[in-house]
Amino acid sequence: MTIKKPTKNMSIKNNRLTTAEYQENFADIHPPFETSDAALVEANRCLFCYDPPCMKSCPTSINVPKFIKQIATENLKGSAHTIFSSNIMGAGCSKVCPVEKLCEGACVYNLMHEEPINIARLQRYSTEKAMDNNWQLFDRKPSKGKRVAIVGAGPAGLSCAHTLSREGIDVTIYEKEAKGGGLMTYGIAAYKVTPEFCEDEVNYITSIGGIEIKYNHELGKDITIEQLQKDYDAVYLAFGVGMARQLDIPGEHLFGVTDAIKFIYDLRDNDHSTIAVGDKVAVIGMGMTAIDAATQAKRLGASEVHLVYRRTQAEMPCTEKELNIAKLDGCNIIWLAAPKEIIGNGGNVTQLVCDVMKLGEPDGSGRRSPIASGETFTLDVDMVIKAAGQMPFSDLVNEESLENNNGKVAVQGKSKTSLNNVFAGGDCVNGGREVVDAVQAGKDGAAAILKQIVSPDYIIESELKPTFNN
Amino acid sequence: MADISTDFLGIKSPNPFWLASAPPTDKKINVVRAFEAGWGGVVWKTLGSQVKNVSSRYSSVNYGGKRMMGFNNIELISDRPLEINLREITEVVKMFPDRAMIVSLMADNDRKSWHELIMKAEDAGAMGFELNFGCPHGMTERGMGAAVGQDPEIAKMVVEWVMEKATIPVITKLTPNVHSVVPTGRGAVEAGTNALSLINTIQSVTGVDLDTLVPNPYVAGKSVFGGYCGPAVKPIALKMLTTIAQDPVTNRVPISGIGGVSTWKDAVEFMLLGATSVQVCTAAMNHGFRIVEDMCEGLNNWMDEKGYQKTTDFIGKSVEKITHWEDLDINYHHIANIDQSKCIHCGLCYIACEDTSHQAINVDRGQPYNNYTVKDEECVGCNLCKLVCPVEDCITMEEHRVAPEYVNWKDWQREGRPLNDH
Repeated sequence: MTIKKPTKNMSIKNNRLTTAEYQENFADIHPPFETSDAALVEANRCLFCYDPPCMKSCPTSINVPKFIKQIATENLKGSAHTIFSSNIMGAGCSKVCPVEKLCEGACVYNLMHEEPINIARLQRYSTEKAMDNNWQLFDRKPSKGKRVAIVGAGPAGLSCAHTLSREGIDVTIYEKEAKGGGLMTYGIAAYKVTPEFCEDEVNYITSIGGIEIKYNHELGKDITIEQLQKDYDAVYLAFGVGMARQLDIPGEHLFGVTDAIKFIYDLRDNDHSTIAVGDKVAVIGMGMTAIDAATQAKRLGASEVHLVYRRTQAEMPCTEKELNIAKLDGCNIIWLAAPKEIIGNGGNVTQLVCDVMKLGEPDGSGRRSPIASGETFTLDVDMVIKAAGQMPFSDLVNEESLENNNGKVAVQGKSKTSLNNVFAGGDCVNGGREVVDAVQAGKDGAAAILKQIVSPDYIIESELKPTFNN
Repeated sequence: MADISTDFLGIKSPNPFWLASAPPTDKKINVVRAFEAGWGGVVWKTLGSQVKNVSSRYSSVNYGGKRMMGFNNIELISDRPLEINLREITEVVKMFPDRAMIVSLMADNDRKSWHELIMKAEDAGAMGFELNFGCPHGMTERGMGAAVGQDPEIAKMVVEWVMEKATIPVITKLTPNVHSVVPTGRGAVEAGTNALSLINTIQSVTGVDLDTLVPNPYVAGKSVFGGYCGPAVKPIALKMLTTIAQDPVTNRVPISGIGGVSTWKDAVEFMLLGATSVQVCTAAMNHGFRIVEDMCEGLNNWMDEKGYQKTTDFIGKSVEKITHWEDLDINYHHIANIDQSKCIHCGLCYIACEDTSHQAINVDRGQPYNNYTVKDEECVGCNLCKLVCPVEDCITMEEHRVAPEYVNWKDWQREGRPLNDH
């Protein structure tokens, strides 16, 4: 018996478009305010709410009305300082935050049936000015003679590092990739943030000093928690999550089945023309990553892209705005469909068979759970991208003897792990949430570390309730 | 359709909207454009002795993203030769005989100069004069403009000179750069002026450039006080207008109202407080002459809605409604009410009342929206919450009289009633 070697799947190919088409398809989807007047018009619309709903809806509690007022008074440095004090990745978050379900979704203008304040765009206006001019808005406190190791230079790690550095702690970040920024750099659609921006943002954050990033250092390979515990006063784990969840269906091994994280990673690290994409693509899932994978498959030149989701629009994890991007890009949305089997020919994907689902009783997430109806349908596809959630680094967590919940690092309070002087936060704890959540986790981690290694009653600025709300 | 035409001392205009004596009325080309756009009349920019202007001349105050909320200028009277102005006045009157052509005058401070200027302007076809006793800059240093208007005796004397010669109606324009406009107004009326107009511009500094540290407007590293006008000065103008409309001497003559009139609503307010015509400048300088279209239509629609056939049906109707503080009804009380169905939870009412007023609004914290309700017993009815609320009619003031009968401060004091206990 001979195993037939898969022949090259001719329909998955790169160079589908011209250079100009690639440029147009991957141009910035959220154009900035072109002029200060334009920003001022929008800033002046802000009502300057008391105890503002936008601020209360921001995981990092950015004092939104204050920074907008500061744009209006042409105190741009003050504005950027207000943003970065709460969220050191305020520049990146202005491009990738699902603001329609956070600050902008809470804007009181919605209750007047008026367009909410364009908070993200104003935040971008302010933070870009700060980065472009390299405004140094923070001074480090005198050294406390303590050193902290952080694993992962993503949003949680950088946020923790910056907070600690401000307080006079020296930080070393160990990062397995060759660049910092984590999923901001490697896991988000290229039309939202460019690799250059991500690099600039990392450099801007670390320009405060006291933060050293050791790239190409992977936990479990090049370093161990045990060694870090010995070498540092505390350790903060912010290594994120791994590849996409397995579908566990027949045919998953076929050529043409790929992982959304890898697909997006390749897009971020290479010229777009070199990225191969199928002609007919199915993307499994309806989170932000699924949308990013589907829209970029389309933008790379796929003629058909199907987004396959086992529940309905009411339960989808992505925002409506994201869904609309996919729709405008011409992606076909298939609700109540779960992948059942991938069929191949010659080792290559040719079809995706799906169960038609219906909604049953609410599950643990409170959402109605999908149940197979017994009916199926088949899509002709040559590529299947898996984007139904990401898997935690279970093996790593277990090898390092960290208490965990199905691979997610277990913490007491907000960030204390089972290991001595080891703290954790971000996706590796919560399983994968927004960048802005990771930034807050980093601040919480830094606060916990300072209480541990400096003094139990040590308070950092962001733990204080803003006087604004008294 | 209501009749919005105006008869000001026999000077007829199709509507009460005149352009004030200012840059927009300095030349035939401007005035023709204004009349083509529909303005009822103009007060031609002040004629007088020869002057020289500087550059720059204007500056403004922006507020909350809105430009030219306040405006000032350091321009002097017309700097064109008198003969050219007079010739153009004649030409325009011929082209537009149905429009009011008032000519502003500011002669050198002697009888002969005034008499000569009056004769020339009458010969040119002016229908009336406006005496410029108000210009706050440039001319005052030479004993003209506001220097005259600020001294009732001098004003009276100059008006007397004018009345000796003038055969057409004379309007005396008052400066606001005084403690009260009434003394000069009385002096002018006693000297025989046929009408008054007010206000001229208010001495001002609109701001300082934070880079050069030179105040505005900039003239070679220096600045001077300029005359302030535009929407920002309207409340001051309305107050001064009211004092003239209420005074038993000055209210004997018609008034032309000036000061921040930008819309038909502003104009109606000036007219309700006693103005027969209104004069406009800043709004036209901001947007061009086309604004008069809506001014006419808006006035017309409002008059139709209220059942007024002609402007004299409502001119002055609000004058008696401004009284003295001690005559206000102390038993009147109203309390704020927040319409929860309209509230957008911005909290502006709460923080304004809590920080700066009477702590009369209750906050019920929520995520992300707080709820706000009025503590009736703490509310003094000051209006602040209603004023800061961004939603129309969300906060209303509801009447809760303390007692049915009218009682004022004088009675209250005489009867020894209790004062506030908080």
